[in-house]
Amino acid sequence: MNPFTFTQARDLDGVLAALNAGQARPVAGGTNLLDLMKEGVMRPSQLVDINGLDLDQVESDEQGGLLLGALARNADTAYHGLVRERFPLLSSAILAGASPQLRNMASNGGNLMQRTRCVYFYDIGTACNKREPGTGCPAKEGVNRQHAILGTSESCIATHPSDMCVALRALDATVHVQSSSGKRQIPFADFHRLPADHPEIDNTLQPGELITHITVPQADRFMAHSAYIKVRDRLSYAFALVSVAAALDLAADGTIKEARIALGGVAHKPWRIEAAEQQLSGHAAGEDVFASAADAILQGARGYGQNDFKLTLARNAIVQALTTAVRGTDAASGGERHPEGDRA
Amino acid sequence: MELHQQYPVRLRINGQDRTFNVESWVTLLDLLRERAGMTGTKKGCDQGQCGACTVLVDGRRINSCLTLAVMQDGKEITTVEGLAQGQDLHPLQQAFIECDAFQCGYCTPGQLCSAVGLMNEGQATSRDDVRELMSGNICRCGAYPQIADAVIQVMDLRKNAGGDQPAFTIGAVLA
Repeated sequence: MNPFTFTQARDLDGVLAALNAGQARPVAGGTNLLDLMKEGVMRPSQLVDINGLDLDQVESDEQGGLLLGALARNADTAYHGLVRERFPLLSSAILAGASPQLRNMASNGGNLMQRTRCVYFYDIGTACNKREPGTGCPAKEGVNRQHAILGTSESCIATHPSDMCVALRALDATVHVQSSSGKRQIPFADFHRLPADHPEIDNTLQPGELITHITVPQADRFMAHSAYIKVRDRLSYAFALVSVAAALDLAADGTIKEARIALGGVAHKPWRIEAAEQQLSGHAAGEDVFASAADAILQGARGYGQNDFKLTLARNAIVQALTTAVRGTDAASGGERHPEGDRA
Repeated sequence: MELHQQYPVRLRINGQDRTFNVESWVTLLDLLRERAGMTGTKKGCDQGQCGACTVLVDGRRINSCLTLAVMQDGKEITTVEGLAQGQDLHPLQQAFIECDAFQCGYCTPGQLCSAVGLMNEGQATSRDDVRELMSGNICRCGAYPQIADAVIQVMDLRKNAGGDQPAFTIGAVLA
């Protein structure tokens, strides 16, 4: 790691002042930042430990929504009774990510801020437009099994690696940020961005801003029918090739009243096409309508060689996630989470 | 030689209060191994992918390679050296021996601390749960079934209906 100075923050104003001065970087869990510093990918000259701030809430708001402090740990969030019962999609998504040790460390704010695991981004001996703008993107014609099929640019085909963020996108979360000059709310759809000509910019957080909390609107209508499906190269503890967060509000006769579908592992941000969801409303749940929604979501998708399989995989995963959601949230978790049992 | 600022770190390691002065970039893992003389905790990948460095901080399992020592000031650390009570092995250590849950032993300190953390968390109720919640610890010798056996034995999960019925179906990999 590069030499850096370290300070432990006592209050939010102090952190914001340090961030405003320009050099400091906040650290909470450190699981991604310290890894990147060891690799020389990120070299901050100043770290501010923000773990002392009072931002670890997991609680309900007056409208039945969810408030997550930026410093609440991923594990504490996923296992919280409120999240498990009322936001099972979020709980499943978090528990599909990383390992128990990492979930014990990683903060909710940090989960949003984590960076791509593209091998070229991580290897400072190679070119990478995200790490060093203008040097090129070897992934387009190189090792790209993990890479994006949607929303890519000439500059970058990296994916955002989070599972949690896929569920937050499906549930229309809001990111609350603060700087020395005030507070701001960012709809989850606008938090992460597509690479376009500036892949070095992952999200719309501005210099000097700190994520303080995340809110999720009341989602009781999706409680009974949600599923997070994650397809990866091994049974556990691997990043998604494709993941799907699906939530359905079903009428008593099985007609779809409302659908939410977000994808991970396919783009520089969680991928969601609202028009495809609307196209499901009013229809009886079934494989045919799910497949045509999948086609609408994947419109414009393209592979880069090693990841060509993701087009078919994503389509099948969407249909499977929706089918699983119809069967019920309980079927999507617990005993059936690992159909292969003892294989790994 | 350039001199770098030293930061004081107070830790209670396996019940003993210790004070260190370290550079900002020293990880908890490196402090334990290089400064505290506790080499039971192993450095495997040093990037949070293998779990060999797992220790307990205030009873919670974490990867000690991915946290700075200065971030853990004032915390209580338990390493594999702190699991036994005198000559009496921790029940998990005894179960690892009985179940043949290691070969080379390099991952074992991390596996043991991870299993203690798993038990503290109280989320596992079946063999599948144990396997999933031990997945942050890689064993290159492939002792996974025996490691799960040892944890299940200590947690007494065999009595749970359906809790210990390994299946061997090869199929799609799902979350």
